[in-house]
Amino acid sequence: MGPLVPDLISNNLNFIVALIIGILFGVILEQAGFSTSKKLVGLFYGYDFTVLRVFFTAGIVAMIGVMGLEHFSLVDINLVYVNPTFLWSGIVGGLIMGLGFVVGGFCPGTSVCAAAIGKIDAMIFIVGAFLGVLVFAEGYPLFEGLYKTSNLGSPRFFETLNMSQNIFAFIMVVFALAAFWFASIVENKVNGVVKPVFRFTPYYLSIGAVGIIMALSAFIFPERKASLTQLVENKEFVQSYNIDMMTVDEFAYQLLDERDAKLQVIDFRNEKDYSKMSLPKSTLFTLDNLFEKEPNKVLSVRHKINVFVADDELTERKMAIIANELGYKHIKILQGGLNAFNNQILNFKPIENPKNIDEVYQNRFRTKAAAVIPVLIQNNKSSGPVKKTQKRVVGGC
Amino acid sequence: MEETKYMNPYLAGVLLGLLLITTIYITGRGLGASGAIKSYAVTVVETLTPTHTANTKFYQEYGKEHGGGNPLMNWLVFEVTGVLIGAFLSGLISNRLDFKLEKGPRTTTGIRVAGALIGGLLWGVGSQLGRGCTSGAALSGMAVMSTGGIITMFAIFAGAYLFAYFFRKFWI
Repeated sequence: MGPLVPDLISNNLNFIVALIIGILFGVILEQAGFSTSKKLVGLFYGYDFTVLRVFFTAGIVAMIGVMGLEHFSLVDINLVYVNPTFLWSGIVGGLIMGLGFVVGGFCPGTSVCAAAIGKIDAMIFIVGAFLGVLVFAEGYPLFEGLYKTSNLGSPRFFETLNMSQNIFAFIMVVFALAAFWFASIVENKVNGVVKPVFRFTPYYLSIGAVGIIMALSAFIFPERKASLTQLVENKEFVQSYNIDMMTVDEFAYQLLDERDAKLQVIDFRNEKDYSKMSLPKSTLFTLDNLFEKEPNKVLSVRHKINVFVADDELTERKMAIIANELGYKHIKILQGGLNAFNNQILNFKPIENPKNIDEVYQNRFRTKAAAVIPVLIQNNKSSGPVKKTQKRVVGGC
Repeated sequence: MEETKYMNPYLAGVLLGLLLITTIYITGRGLGASGAIKSYAVTVVETLTPTHTANTKFYQEYGKEHGGGNPLMNWLVFEVTGVLIGAFLSGLISNRLDFKLEKGPRTTTGIRVAGALIGGLLWGVGSQLGRGCTSGAALSGMAVMSTGGIITMFAIFAGAYLFAYFFRKFWI
């Protein structure tokens, strides 16, 4: 599961990755024509909308791509850097940058790109940007109030608007397509081109087709967590789903077996109940953990059988279904939940006058279990909640 | 030799989008640019006046945020070095390498130089307030649908269109 840094790619190797990504970034920007200020500002005077086309195409492709990565659990979105939202700082900063764009003719990335091919104005621009950072640094007491006010955390736009990720992505794609259309009209008008904006040539038809596919693909990657959580709301579905069960006796037996290294108890109760009574070999888990990178490692340990427990069997079922849908193997649930386990094992009252040999055995085993398991629980130094050592990547500028 | 034509903008956009997806998959972060300039600025000030940086809040907070160490051992510094190399190679292949000061037809060299300097300066300040520039805040922010990134993106475009009229003589 991504991001590959820092597990598969070390932090030092990441610098080499940065260099390679930078080279590709530079080539694409330069090939697209971002190395000339005249082309860049054309967008604001209506004669050349290249920047708008490249920028929004890249934005929507990346947006849908990231949704795809998230959908297929290829990347743990909780570890990906999401730019924080400082409302006023962001707006004022953006307006200043906009002013800088029409005055200076570049933005930082494009100025580096233009300077690389010898544009002197771009080199001057970089000097200016350098001085600008110093102005900000030295005048920090002046800016600090604005810089730190209205901190809204790191929400994602669809969360802010309280809509589904898919609809938001769809709106963004449609917005981009409309912007392309409108830009072409303006561009033709300013440049005195009389040809219609959209002509039935293979080029325009393929762009239109790709645009429509992009707009629709906003819906093919539903957010995994939202859709799976909704899936398990259907009670009949949950009850009829085929999951391996473990009886309370079998569960107790495996808890008692000291040599058993297979059992791994995944506990879905809340932290308070868990700290009161945590079973040996157990890990506290939450629904969110199922979608995260590090907790995933716990579930993916080879040769382990993961027994999902919760107070009631229904919750266990729901979680097990989600885990199953996410592709985890060797998942069982405790029959009847911990409620049944408490009643039938921990608080076991022996059957008086057992009628057959089975009941005799049951009496014998459960009496023993009821005596020993509480001791195990007492002595248990459980691993507690899943430890998450990885933090969100620090990104941004 | 004549300059080669530029790439189709939609194709360039798709390639850039794919690069951004790859970047997020590998590193968990997006692209950027202004952060590298910031790292260089911090390094220069630190080298020239170490006592000043130790006593100034901005640099203290920068150090804290970036875990101390050399500010040039920074992902964006490497990435932007890559951009320089990549753009140079691309310019070389397409015959666009040339020392040239580009300006609008109705403006003087002096105004263009001042404009570039002041424009850069505005970006320097603005990208700090916006916590990123067109790459780091707007493009990468859009990829992960960050509220802050998208708001900053619209603010950049709004600002540019708002002020474009007053600076039209610079360009057309």
